[in-house]
Amino acid sequence: MIELKGISKSYKVAKRQTGLWQAAKALFHREHTIVEALKNVSFTINTGEIVGYIGPNGAGKSTTIKIMSGILVPETGTCTIMGYTPWKDRSKYVKNIGVVFGQRSQLWWDVPVIDSFELLKDIYKVPQQEYKTTTDLLIETLELQEVIYSPVRQLSLGQRMRCEIAASLIHNPNILFLDEPTIGLDAVSKIAVRQFIKTINQEKGVTVILTTHDMNDIEALAERVILIGKGSLLYDGQLGELRKRFGTQKTITAEYKQRADPIQIPGASVLSWSPGRAVLSVDTANFKTSDIITHLTTQVDLVDVTIETQPIEDIIVQLYKEYQI
Amino acid sequence: MRVYLSVLKLRLLNGMQYRAAALAGVATQFFWGFITIMVFQAFYENAAATQPISLKELITYIWLQQAFLVFVTVWFRDSELFDLITSGNIAYELCRPCELYGFWFAKLLAQRLSSAILRCFPILIVSFFLPKPYNMTFPPSLSAFLLFLSALMLGLLLLVAISMFLYISVFITMSPMGSLLIFGILGEFFAGLIIPVPLMPSWLQNIANVLPFRWTADFPFRVYSGHIPQKEALIGIAIQLVYLLVLVWLGRISMNRVLRKVVVQGG
Repeated sequence: MIELKGISKSYKVAKRQTGLWQAAKALFHREHTIVEALKNVSFTINTGEIVGYIGPNGAGKSTTIKIMSGILVPETGTCTIMGYTPWKDRSKYVKNIGVVFGQRSQLWWDVPVIDSFELLKDIYKVPQQEYKTTTDLLIETLELQEVIYSPVRQLSLGQRMRCEIAASLIHNPNILFLDEPTIGLDAVSKIAVRQFIKTINQEKGVTVILTTHDMNDIEALAERVILIGKGSLLYDGQLGELRKRFGTQKTITAEYKQRADPIQIPGASVLSWSPGRAVLSVDTANFKTSDIITHLTTQVDLVDVTIETQPIEDIIVQLYKEYQI
Repeated sequence: MRVYLSVLKLRLLNGMQYRAAALAGVATQFFWGFITIMVFQAFYENAAATQPISLKELITYIWLQQAFLVFVTVWFRDSELFDLITSGNIAYELCRPCELYGFWFAKLLAQRLSSAILRCFPILIVSFFLPKPYNMTFPPSLSAFLLFLSALMLGLLLLVAISMFLYISVFITMSPMGSLLIFGILGEFFAGLIIPVPLMPSWLQNIANVLPFRWTADFPFRVYSGHIPQKEALIGIAIQLVYLLVLVWLGRISMNRVLRKVVVQGG
């Protein structure tokens, strides 16, 4: 359904040192550097998938989204989505997609949200009956009853973001691009948004491509992740696979009856130690957790043990480090 | 078509939220109208030769100018569109299934129409009841009035087509101020908003005749007062149409060109 092949895109960025003299110099001579935002990116996404598109700031996530939504034209490569080339068949193509740019707004600032919805209805030529069913559903699932009659400028960020997402779905798109949809949201709103994305994916079969810096979003939604860094594709596969490959560290916290000497267990490194409590780290690729616990019981009189898998955030940090991005 | 009506409706709703601004606008335009009329009155009383346009026609000209100010001034702009371009929010505009030129044309047209609807009637009505010689007068005939209406509407479309270039230029310059000043001052002067075109020296009139600006303001107002006879008015309307077609054509070409190279600003 979505196929990108060898997409590259670079930006020309003006550069100048600080200071008045440098500014004056720049009047006559500009220095530019070419920044390669995307280098030879290829991937395929099937209908009905939810894909988490992750990478550090400036990796090229938004650029990819903009290319896929037909806004930017890449220098090289081909992109076919539902049989269209986004930037060539823009008008025909964009009817099939919904886009949310978390940092921007598509709602009219001064008028109630519902007026913006009505305008979108006319822009996308949605029949009245269909519009009504869709908006009713959106209003109900995103809990917008209270806010759609208020001007956008009086809404909180969380309320606005839910309205933005609703606005992107008024024309029932087959594909939804979400560029940081949970940015700045509180825990409750985040969960509401995630729940909603899941619902439309399952019930309407909408294909979702999601960029975010919040790994909880990815964990809650996406089975498949695509990792990009400095414009290059680094990983494309199951989230579980990623965990198996990189998330092998486990943390064991043991509480025990007072003991004067530090504990030593082969295969585990001690992160912290006190006479009543120790935190150990184990690489499960080489050692079994059960063995470590057996060792522990021989050395101390255990009161309580907790075992934690490495949080996905840490795995990502480790990944970024490994790829030096 | 429906989209454009919808944009107009939303604009109108938007404009109506700012009643105070409309009221203030009306008050300013009255004040400005009176001052201009008084200046010309003094000028006419002390001039030895007969002027190419009578004071009565000129006063009508000025009131129309004030009532339809938002139809005729280039500087009456939509800063939202400028912000869209410079902040990168244009991303959303670009993923809509309509052509950007048409969509923005409708937005700009709607903005001017919605402002004019709120402002023109109080000015027109009051100016008819002002004491002589400050009052506005009726057009000489119904046909002159109908010609005026079509000329005014075409003039409005023409002005929006001109102002589209302003927005297109911001894609390249990233700052609206330069183009706004150049277009604003040149446009206003050659549209006869500072000195009515008939009072300009003939060499300046020749320049004004070649430029499109005159056809947006000076022409319809003089058709109203009958200063331009009906036969000439019909020719003028044809010229307006030609200008409109050419400018829209050029505008669409340049818009498509800048969009191909567009950079969406900021992440």
